[in-house]
Amino acid sequence: MKIAIASGKGGTGKTFVSTNLFWVAAQQGADCVLADCDAEEPNVAEFLAGEEDRVEEVYQLVPVIDPGKCTFCGKCYEYCTYNAILYLPERKMIQVLPDLCHDCGACSYACQAGAITEHPKLLGRVKQTTYAASQQIIEGRAEVGVYSPVPVITKTIHQTGERELVFLDSPPGISCPFIATVDRADYVVLVTEPTPFGLHDLQLSAATVRQLGKPFGVVVNRAGLGNNEIYQWLEQESIPLLLKIPFDREVARIYAEGGLPAAVDDSYREMFSRLLTLIVKQRIS
Amino acid sequence: MRQIVIISGKGGTGKTSLSAALATMGGQLMVADCDVDAANLHLLLEPTDHSKHPFSTGSKAVIDQQLCTQCGACMDACRFDAIRYHEDRYTISDTSCDGCRLCMRICPADAISMIESNGSYWTTGTFRNGWMVHARLAPGEENSGKLVNVVREQSRQLSERMGLETILIDGPPGTGCPAISAMSGTDLALLVTEPSRSGFHDLRRVKQLADGFGIPSVVVINKYDLNEQVAAEIAAWCRSEKIPLIGRIPFEPAVVEAMLQCRTVVEWAPRSAAAGEIAAIHRQIFQSK
Repeated sequence: MKIAIASGKGGTGKTFVSTNLFWVAAQQGADCVLADCDAEEPNVAEFLAGEEDRVEEVYQLVPVIDPGKCTFCGKCYEYCTYNAILYLPERKMIQVLPDLCHDCGACSYACQAGAITEHPKLLGRVKQTTYAASQQIIEGRAEVGVYSPVPVITKTIHQTGERELVFLDSPPGISCPFIATVDRADYVVLVTEPTPFGLHDLQLSAATVRQLGKPFGVVVNRAGLGNNEIYQWLEQESIPLLLKIPFDREVARIYAEGGLPAAVDDSYREMFSRLLTLIVKQRIS
Repeated sequence: MRQIVIISGKGGTGKTSLSAALATMGGQLMVADCDVDAANLHLLLEPTDHSKHPFSTGSKAVIDQQLCTQCGACMDACRFDAIRYHEDRYTISDTSCDGCRLCMRICPADAISMIESNGSYWTTGTFRNGWMVHARLAPGEENSGKLVNVVREQSRQLSERMGLETILIDGPPGTGCPAISAMSGTDLALLVTEPSRSGFHDLRRVKQLADGFGIPSVVVINKYDLNEQVAAEIAAWCRSEKIPLIGRIPFEPAVVEAMLQCRTVVEWAPRSAAAGEIAAIHRQIFQSK
């Protein structure tokens, strides 16, 4: 079972929920893996460490045009949907802008002159670490300045294999990186906070998850800090409220230093065990 | 014209709350909300919108089953694994399709066409202290970076027409395409962080991004008193990197109360310590260039 922990807004506590859930599952001896899919800003490693096994690099292919062979027919330029080819025929100039290239292969297909070859460009790395005998942590990390983390995310999820429990710590937002993660999950946990920002973003992410046809429930983090509007909305929409995590300055302090509340406080361990049981149940029903 | 981007790498550090507060502190200006995935600035600034424009995020390929001869050429050519063969037919996954059109071009039966994705839009309006451009990405759409570019361009044009000298940009989280679009061509990056391992880690990555663009950075530590030890580490890092640390905002109930009232903390609780600190940040950004 793959469980994505996601939110529209950043900083609501996705990694907080993912790492504590994984820790509880690992304590119970589950065959599980935590995949850090927030490849633009991976943070799981700040909280959980393991023995590094393997690092795989992720590349995309970027075309290079040989001006000696190019006939300046303009067909590659016409085929490129991403404006990644600079084409000035009157000046006999043609060049690929690698940052705009999506590695679709259309220009290579278009070129009849054999002037285009494709060369690998590093997008990021996927790191596998062993946490314990049957538990693993996988991190996707995009290079800074890379346009799309999606190929890194795809590779990260691919490497989780068929475990009993797969936790996907998702990137924020509602666009490509979020979709690339959530679309591969069997169940989605949306983490939010009880503020106007939290509610507004929850409404957007809930609409996106519904569109993808995924079953989902909500965890409200920092409960008690805001107002009650979010609970009214959840009830109105018949969305299951899986857990309320109270705002606690002490917990915020522990977590800020890289500690996991579930590991140091019994009440948090129980809270996340209950959440895990509830998610598995929700999925079955 | 001076463009200042407020950015953080990590989400939830307080970019929008700080942007809104700085936007309401005097001097008419332009505000551009570039977090198009999760735009929230309008909740605090409550703009009166004057015009709304649709934005197409690209297009997706679809196969006409009547025309398809099941040759499979599209599936072999697609590099996004978007085409599947299931129950004797080829179909294209909406969520995986990148809109590159290669399958449409190679299909020998002309069975593939493209459908435009609509539903996203951008808006211009005025708020109590100037002008605002914001946008909304339709759920599940791609190309948020392109929509960010539109917001940037429109805010520039409108500022010129209105004679506004400052554009304040509320940036998205991350370091990928929307963050790159929000940051490129700005004059100053205000990096907002929080005193946590993850906040600090992400601050270093986003600083690397600003350096890549050659944009000078300044740092603000929000909620600094939630962990003064990590805050001190961040301050030490700023010193060693020679980045001005221009503010430490305390964590106060007034900040949350203000948000619940859909007001900025400088308006809701002008005497709070947080409002005082933000006023000092405002002075440093706007009075010294």
